[in-house]
Amino acid sequence: MKTEAARVAFTRTLLELARADKTIFAAATDSRGSVTLTDFAAELPNQFVECGIAEQDAIGISAGLASAGLRPFVCGPACFYSLRSAEQVKVDIAYSHMNVKVIGVSGGVSYGALGSTHHATQDIALWRATPGLEIFLPADGPQTVALTKYLAKSNEPAYVRMGRGEVPNVYDENDAPFTPGKANVLRRGTHAALIACGEMVYHTLAAAELLAAEGVSVSVYDMHTLRPLDEAAILEAAQTGFVVTVEEHDVHGGLGGAVAEVLAQQKPTKMRILGLPNEKLYTGTSAEVFAHYGLTAEGIAQAVRAGR
Amino acid sequence: MRPQGGNLLDAKTIQTLANRRRADAITMIHRAKTGHTGGAMSSLDILSVLYYDVLSVRPDEPRWPERDRFLLSKGHSVEGYLAVLADRGFFPKEELRTYSQAGSRLIGHPNNQTPGVEVCTGALGHGLPVGVGMALAAKRLGLSYRAFVLMGDGEQAEGSVWEAAMAGANYGLDNLTAIIDRNGLQISGGTEDVMALEDFAAKWRAFGWDVAEADGNDVAALLSYFHTPRPLGKPHCLIARTVKGKGLPFAENRKEWHHKVPTAEQLAEGYAALGVKGVDWL
Repeated sequence: MKTEAARVAFTRTLLELARADKTIFAAATDSRGSVTLTDFAAELPNQFVECGIAEQDAIGISAGLASAGLRPFVCGPACFYSLRSAEQVKVDIAYSHMNVKVIGVSGGVSYGALGSTHHATQDIALWRATPGLEIFLPADGPQTVALTKYLAKSNEPAYVRMGRGEVPNVYDENDAPFTPGKANVLRRGTHAALIACGEMVYHTLAAAELLAAEGVSVSVYDMHTLRPLDEAAILEAAQTGFVVTVEEHDVHGGLGGAVAEVLAQQKPTKMRILGLPNEKLYTGTSAEVFAHYGLTAEGIAQAVRAGR
Repeated sequence: MRPQGGNLLDAKTIQTLANRRRADAITMIHRAKTGHTGGAMSSLDILSVLYYDVLSVRPDEPRWPERDRFLLSKGHSVEGYLAVLADRGFFPKEELRTYSQAGSRLIGHPNNQTPGVEVCTGALGHGLPVGVGMALAAKRLGLSYRAFVLMGDGEQAEGSVWEAAMAGANYGLDNLTAIIDRNGLQISGGTEDVMALEDFAAKWRAFGWDVAEADGNDVAALLSYFHTPRPLGKPHCLIARTVKGKGLPFAENRKEWHHKVPTAEQLAEGYAALGVKGVDWL
């Protein structure tokens, strides 16, 4: 199975688009290497802005670039862009409606053993509670390509979280369906519905395979967009009578919270929220952290078995 | 850098206009029973010189791509800014009646639903980074517009100001001017007591900026600054020494007037001191 890091798919696509569209800019905070923007900076220096290690400044600078009709993508570790510069994202971009795309790479626990200073496990909660930003968590490389093409044309401010490492492709390289605000239904089943986002989509699909082998039929939804939220898909998922959400995020305020808000108010349904516990996290590689907290095919399958 | 300034109005006329805008601002604050009187008064000569002389803007086309950019980073001084924008015709003056009323777009900090306001400001330390982006965009696009950012002196304690100071110098943004309303007071007291700034000019010079100082309540001195060509290759910082509450005898240099609201009697006293009979939008 082909694998690719979402950040690599993003920067490859952004460079292709920026060659043709001179309004596309990339801004970085000494992060061109970690984002994989080195080729972009070398080839299109007039469309690249180095801001130094200063995320607040980078967001403000990007808002200023946008005021001139440019389309800046400001890129760096999700941990810093979700919190260090949170007020600039809130005021300069979301509240002011400036066309800036905030690209948080190495999100969730991608940085593994670097520890919680470098983890971004509260970004969905933060931006869900901040009006004026679209929020995306692509599942794999091909979907990131489609998302990047959308972002390059969109005039809406957005936050995107992607991971660091290579992830197996969930979608076909040349056919990754992506409509902002519309979840992708990857499997249809009757016993339960699993709703996942980001890298957890792959593990959730693997869990569905395990369950299918046991005669348990589940739906799988890829909720790549957290705002605007696809409420219709959530209500459809609830028809199975049991909804399990899976995310690389704190169990408070993320995908699970979003789904629970919809279901509690419109169609009360039994739920489980799988994610990272609201405590000081175990450290290790991201795979080891996932294994520790049951964010694996077997862990997810077990949650379905136990909850039915 | 081309000389700044338009030379359309003389200093005396601009001073008269500045005092009328002071009357507008205290009237707005009095009616709304909320506002930031002291900073609005200290900054109104700067705002008037910018909007009646320096800035190339089109009130009937606020998003004209080649407009000079202005950011009121010390967003709490919004009343004077709105009064100037209204007088320049960005929106009807009668709308000043709605300042801080429920549902109005004219609220306690600049809001870019208001024609002429570029981005929402009011959280301190945000304006200069945005100004750096605006000035950098002009350089990259080959446009001749300039960016001006008006900050407070208390605001200088925000670290993001200095992130942007580094970036402005790094990119040699000689189309960017930071103006600091150096009135010496912030909400808790004197700036040197709360968080000392001096030697303030040396700090900006050390960050690589072309630094000048002027009396920020002297229209002629401000015009002289903006009409004089500045060095190329670096951004400009004008430390504008001002008096908080300028023009209102009861408020000058008194920290409680940071956000005190004038009474009806003080409004009348203010009009008299400013040589203004009243406002033309009530």
